[in-house]
Amino acid sequence: MRLEPRQDVGLVLLVAAPAGAIVAALVLAAIPLAFAQVSLLDAYRLMATGALGGQFAITETLTRATPLILTGLAVTAAFRARLWNIGAEGQLYAGAMAAVLVASHAWIDSSLVMIAVMLLTGAAAGALLLIVPTLLKTRLGVDEVVTTLLLNFVVLLFVSMMLEGPLQDPMSMGWPQSEPIAAIAELPDLIARTRLHVGFILALIAALALWLVINRTRWGFEMRAVGANVDAARFAGMPVGRVMLLTAVLSGGLAGLAGVGEVAGVRGYLALDLSPGFGYTGIVVAMLAQLNPLGVVASAIFIAAIFVGADSMGRALGVSSYIADLVVAFALLAMLVAGLVTRYRLRRG
Amino acid sequence: MGRRVPTGAPAGPPMTASPTPGAPVLRLTGITKRFGPLTANDAIDLALGKGEVLALLGENGAGKSTLMSILFGHYTADAGTVEVAGPDGVLRPLKPGSPAAALEAGVGMVHQHFTLADNLSVLDNITLGTDPFWRPWQSRRAARRRLRALMAESGLSVPLDRQTGTLAVGEQQRVEILKALFRGVRILVLDEPTAVLTPQEVGQLFQTLRHLTGQGLSIIFISHKLDEVLTISDRVAVIRSGRLVGERPTAGASRGDLAEMMVGRPVAASRREAQAAGETVARLARVSVPDPRGGTPLKDADLDLPAGQITGVAGVSGNGQGALGALLSGLAAPTSGTLTLFGDPVRRHDAGRFTRQGVGRIPEDRHRDGTVGDMTVWENGILETYGSRAYQRAGWLRIAAARGHARRLIADYDVRCPGPDARIRLLSGGNMQKLILGRVLETAPRLILANQPTRGLDIGAVAFVHQRLLEARRRGAAILLISEDLDELFQIADRIAVIHAGRLTQARPTESLSLRQVGLMMAGEEADNAA
Repeated sequence: MRLEPRQDVGLVLLVAAPAGAIVAALVLAAIPLAFAQVSLLDAYRLMATGALGGQFAITETLTRATPLILTGLAVTAAFRARLWNIGAEGQLYAGAMAAVLVASHAWIDSSLVMIAVMLLTGAAAGALLLIVPTLLKTRLGVDEVVTTLLLNFVVLLFVSMMLEGPLQDPMSMGWPQSEPIAAIAELPDLIARTRLHVGFILALIAALALWLVINRTRWGFEMRAVGANVDAARFAGMPVGRVMLLTAVLSGGLAGLAGVGEVAGVRGYLALDLSPGFGYTGIVVAMLAQLNPLGVVASAIFIAAIFVGADSMGRALGVSSYIADLVVAFALLAMLVAGLVTRYRLRRG
Repeated sequence: MGRRVPTGAPAGPPMTASPTPGAPVLRLTGITKRFGPLTANDAIDLALGKGEVLALLGENGAGKSTLMSILFGHYTADAGTVEVAGPDGVLRPLKPGSPAAALEAGVGMVHQHFTLADNLSVLDNITLGTDPFWRPWQSRRAARRRLRALMAESGLSVPLDRQTGTLAVGEQQRVEILKALFRGVRILVLDEPTAVLTPQEVGQLFQTLRHLTGQGLSIIFISHKLDEVLTISDRVAVIRSGRLVGERPTAGASRGDLAEMMVGRPVAASRREAQAAGETVARLARVSVPDPRGGTPLKDADLDLPAGQITGVAGVSGNGQGALGALLSGLAAPTSGTLTLFGDPVRRHDAGRFTRQGVGRIPEDRHRDGTVGDMTVWENGILETYGSRAYQRAGWLRIAAARGHARRLIADYDVRCPGPDARIRLLSGGNMQKLILGRVLETAPRLILANQPTRGLDIGAVAFVHQRLLEARRRGAAILLISEDLDELFQIADRIAVIHAGRLTQARPTESLSLRQVGLMMAGEEADNAA
């Protein structure tokens, strides 16, 4: 048995492979569910209804998908240029903290201007946080996987310090959380009495915009060339350092926006449990989407549905909601295999 | 390139299956291998006699490598059998698809790119993998004894305790051959063994090979250099598009015969007509420049590049060509001295700027530097010019224009590919090079850096590249041709300079130089001693 590269990949295979991967993931998840001694049929039915059954379930899933789309796009932008940004989690918190800093007092009258300022500040904070490791990489050759990963912990500890100190809400009874942001800075809800906010629309627009940038602009051309073969890009005269830096601004900015969205659209204040690992899950989202910005939307909604569905199933059946993490992990593994299948064919002998 | 060493090969009638000298030690029967729609090997029958040198001649992509991969068990043939003679001389079928079985049967190979661990000693490199995995110690002393005997017997001598990375390329090749002999090979396959050697080293290698065949070793010599094939082999087998198209004793064959068999049609060599030199387009004045990839730096180089002339730089790879190429590509700035381009000293060494000023650059490594494999033909076509207004407006790519441009290049430069949207990775080396050539030449550059422009190309593609370079010369471009192929330099260069250990000699008219002289200078002899 050996693998041979395929000359061309058919469209059917391109769509069938992720679908097959999802089915495989659900089948594999049956093993831990069987150990928990619950009916598989019930479990999957409850998961499906919990994630997609009815308006409330759907809005919950989309709310959960919003930060995942943005962090998934952040990872997609960076990975396309071979900038290994593992720090979306930290950039998300940086964006969230910036949002709290500019928006806890209504110092501008117009809600629209206030929100715009808040979004820009949050994006800038996330971008700044990625610019430093990128400069270290391009100037000194410091491995950005290490620096961006470790910065996550630095940022989290810094946020924790701020929440215990200067940013702490005096009304919080000692809980480490910030003052709520001003009402005019809150992102409006899309549907009344649900948590779904306009951040979801912003995320969709960001996905479309990133797709256009990558595939249709000069800058995206440079990003893709640098990512696919940095030697050839440099030989052709592309400013590799500058391309990396612009990519860092784009990627860090998108991750920062995810943080703003969670603060201004869902929570209203900053706390240390703002993100249950949206930054890291963004890597999974981007890989599942094979670094396609439009695919990111689909894969973020899928992963959000798994999390929301597993939560609700866990509550109903008394099973740990960690089952969601398992399904997502299985989906990623199956997707990697599916990726292999689309690019290679198996030959006997 | 030297006189043919007399052998006992019978001079049979041409183009017939000739009798092999000695009993066959290897027989391939009806080998067929398909990759999808492509038939890489089509019912190939081939035999190798004891003590014989069989040259396997063919263009790139003809199927030589596939055939050898089948012999080694890297691939399994769709049909056909491989038989190898044991020590008793009886042919036995070789288990298909098993490199271990091939090694066991005494088949060894020296690859074009050596497979040596640079940080290990020569001895360790040779014995690597011959000790059983679960034995925690090495039997160094016994190995050393056996190697001493082998070296005495074969006439190959290498310093066993030196670190392999510090050896010259010719020595490393001897290590590779010894490695095979140490494993007791009876059949040795040499893949383009002369590509990295000076003419003198080639002579040494051929002497060694003669000596080894005298002791009963059988050799398959893969090459596309006709002179070498004529010098070393007893018999030639030519493969074209997966088929064995001819097999004949070497004695009595001419270059022209072999070239025609290989390409399938007569090949006209490119000729350069005398042409007066124009004004100096680029000048290096006492330039020292490092190699960005850490290779040999260029030291105090003086060189003028006049318009309408091809200036050749001869040298064994790794003697400073990387630094010279990087300097003229705009990738490296001199640490001392000045580079003058089009009359002005260069202040900003920037690849994009060089291109816009009219420097056309053909990189040494088309896969690494010339193309982005995962991008399409049209994207690679605008890799250097994507910033011009022809292909972008306000930052938005003009994809239709870029596609049209790619279609023109494909037509004008005879790039064989499915179309502008094909990934360039799927193109053959020759077609990739034609695309790069087109991308460079269509801008009518005044200075052209051609760094190993024909390396690894087949005869047809080489002739194409030469013709296009000569056309650019006629147009008045100054061309710097860095090449390891002396035949190429003598064929199309007006002047030749030699590079050795980072030092560049003065460029002299090609007519005033002999192959022998240049060869000696490549090995570091002073020009006057070499004369």
